[in-house]
Amino acid sequence: MSNPTASHHASSRLSTLQAAYVIARRDFLAILFSRAFLFFLLGPLFPIIVGGLAGGIGSEVQREATAAEIGIAMSEADSAAMVASAAQLREELGGYIPPLVTLDEEQKTLEPVEVLKTKRGNLAAIVSGTPAEPTLVAPEGQIDRWRGQVSLIAANSVGASATQFPDITFEKVATSGAAEKRNRIQTAQAGQMLLFLLTMLLGGMVLSNLVEEKGNKIIEVLAAAIPMDSVFLGKLFAMLGVSFVGIAVWGSVGGLIFLAGGFSMGSFAAPAVGWPIFLALGVVYFAMGYLILGSLFLAIGSMAATVREVQTLSMPVTMMQLIVFFFASYAMAKPGTAVELAAAIFPFSSPFAMLARAAQVDTLWPHALAIAWQAIAVAIFVKAGATLFRRKVMNSGPRGGKKARWWHRRTKADA
Amino acid sequence: MDMPLSDTLAQDNAPQTADTRPLAIEARGLVKEFAGTRAVDGVDLSVPEGAIYGILGPNGAGKTTTIRMLLGIIDPDDGVRRIFGHDEPHEIAKLIGYLPEERGLYPAMKAYEAIGFMGALRGLPLEEGKARGRELLERHDLGHAADKQIRQLSKGMAQTVQLLGTLVHRPKLVVLDEPFSGLDAINQGKLERMIRELADNGTTVIFSTHVIHHAERLCEGVAIIAGGKVPYAGSVEAARDRIPAQVRLETRETDGRWRSALPDDARREGDFWYFSLPESGIETLLRALIEGEAGIQSLSIERAGLHDAFVHIAGEAAARALEADNAAENN
Repeated sequence: MSNPTASHHASSRLSTLQAAYVIARRDFLAILFSRAFLFFLLGPLFPIIVGGLAGGIGSEVQREATAAEIGIAMSEADSAAMVASAAQLREELGGYIPPLVTLDEEQKTLEPVEVLKTKRGNLAAIVSGTPAEPTLVAPEGQIDRWRGQVSLIAANSVGASATQFPDITFEKVATSGAAEKRNRIQTAQAGQMLLFLLTMLLGGMVLSNLVEEKGNKIIEVLAAAIPMDSVFLGKLFAMLGVSFVGIAVWGSVGGLIFLAGGFSMGSFAAPAVGWPIFLALGVVYFAMGYLILGSLFLAIGSMAATVREVQTLSMPVTMMQLIVFFFASYAMAKPGTAVELAAAIFPFSSPFAMLARAAQVDTLWPHALAIAWQAIAVAIFVKAGATLFRRKVMNSGPRGGKKARWWHRRTKADA
Repeated sequence: MDMPLSDTLAQDNAPQTADTRPLAIEARGLVKEFAGTRAVDGVDLSVPEGAIYGILGPNGAGKTTTIRMLLGIIDPDDGVRRIFGHDEPHEIAKLIGYLPEERGLYPAMKAYEAIGFMGALRGLPLEEGKARGRELLERHDLGHAADKQIRQLSKGMAQTVQLLGTLVHRPKLVVLDEPFSGLDAINQGKLERMIRELADNGTTVIFSTHVIHHAERLCEGVAIIAGGKVPYAGSVEAARDRIPAQVRLETRETDGRWRSALPDDARREGDFWYFSLPESGIETLLRALIEGEAGIQSLSIERAGLHDAFVHIAGEAAARALEADNAAENN
């Protein structure tokens, strides 16, 4: 080193992560307290409203909300007492108590287990026996869900005190392997769809954020102070943080609505890895899916100068992502084949394919491998995006003698 | 590299006085091409620590690209640059403050927050940066604007806020790209004072400009840049010395022996003779004029200004472009 002071400056910079944190903190707070975040939160409402107006989703929601009915297979008098008891308790306790329905004539000729296997109506369980000695017949996941309510209804129907509850006998209904597989595919599809919608929504938001920044001419201040990798990372993680806040809000509101409606995840087939791990993997794959798509969008956004250019450049990516989503959906129906493997390896489809796999196969180690691979893909895309930005974007000074700076533009706009 | 960069630069740029200060910026042979066009073509610079240094040239000459390469915003296609001896400017980001030509702040941020944020980018803790932001705004008579959003500020105020954000972390090197552009005369004066204060405190200041008198008033060194090349980099004094001083002579006699003492470039305009000061010096000239009985009425020697030096070094075309830029900005 020719400069004697050089050694004194060895630590005169923020680390990549520290710099990314500075960007992420600013972006996170700016987005959180912006109108855009409010629209983001309200975003899921629009398809629901549109669906509701069309009647399709509305009736589906209604069906799901009323799914939790319990059939009564007792004597006529006991059935009437149980139904009346349930109605009375529902008035006092609301949706916590499920509606009780008497079985129709055809169902009465069958064993309760057989009735449930026919999957007709919205019966989640059947109570037989007598109010003093009820038997709860239900699939395994449903028994724990309904035992308390059934006990309360039965006790109330015989006028017992609040501390005297009858003992309940349980009878589990086995689900067939084929039905279980079919149901798990439905769970996987639901997970994939949710993942796709969320990642596309957030990818678009992070892109808009970067374009806005270029419009404000701040990007050069950032590029001069910290590496572009940090700028990209900061922006990606800020939006991820925002999305987690959004998910927390949606989850809380949705949870309250579903609880009030007597709906639970138990109505979906339990995924192969179990609900807790499936949900955890869902969060991780959502994060990875978003980071991969977001880093690609950032690379595109960094090269575009105007919103129109962004739209032109991002359209093929959006279409590609749609194709990738269909590919992952197709691969889901081909477990154990080269198609599924390809979907799991291709970075853009990997999160979708692996989430579907989590619903269908209980082996966990492929997930560790996939997450590591997806993290590498994110790092590659971020690095490539930052490199492209340095090579292609800051390539010349402003053109012309008179420059249109943001305050000039604002003045003109205001005028 | 066999020879330290600073040594090779010292030879090439041939500094007129022995400057023992370490170099804040060293660049050698910087080249940058865009789409086959060479925007910067072999730029050499050496800026000593504590100096005020100007990069002087018309728009499109390569000033901004040079600055962006110096700061690591873009990488040169060829050549090397070192800031405080570091090849990678981001490694010493905390020591540098940069005001880009295209000013930009987050419109929704409050003024003191914007300053704090810019400090945070350079490693200053955010809260400390905000506190310093308020302090700086007070000191520059903008205390009343501290809690206003950037979008609510006037252009001049916003520009000052960004400049304060450039300085909030107390950098050792301040790089300003066309800092006077868009400022009125009062704010230009304030900025000149700020730059001098920074240099007085040991900060190295390098700025680009297409206005010669800013460079002439402030800088001890300049790099004249035109068409991506730097035909001159050195002290302002040495640049001016490249053109001989101009003599204006008024005599009682219109002709006589004294006329032979005038150099070849002497021309008469009205009652005056104009010519370059001969290399033999003023005493020899005076003696010849007196002995030749010129009857000297008046004689003045005018040292060449930086503008003359610019024309001499960069050429008429570059000078005309510079003047056109000034005219465009003033309009």
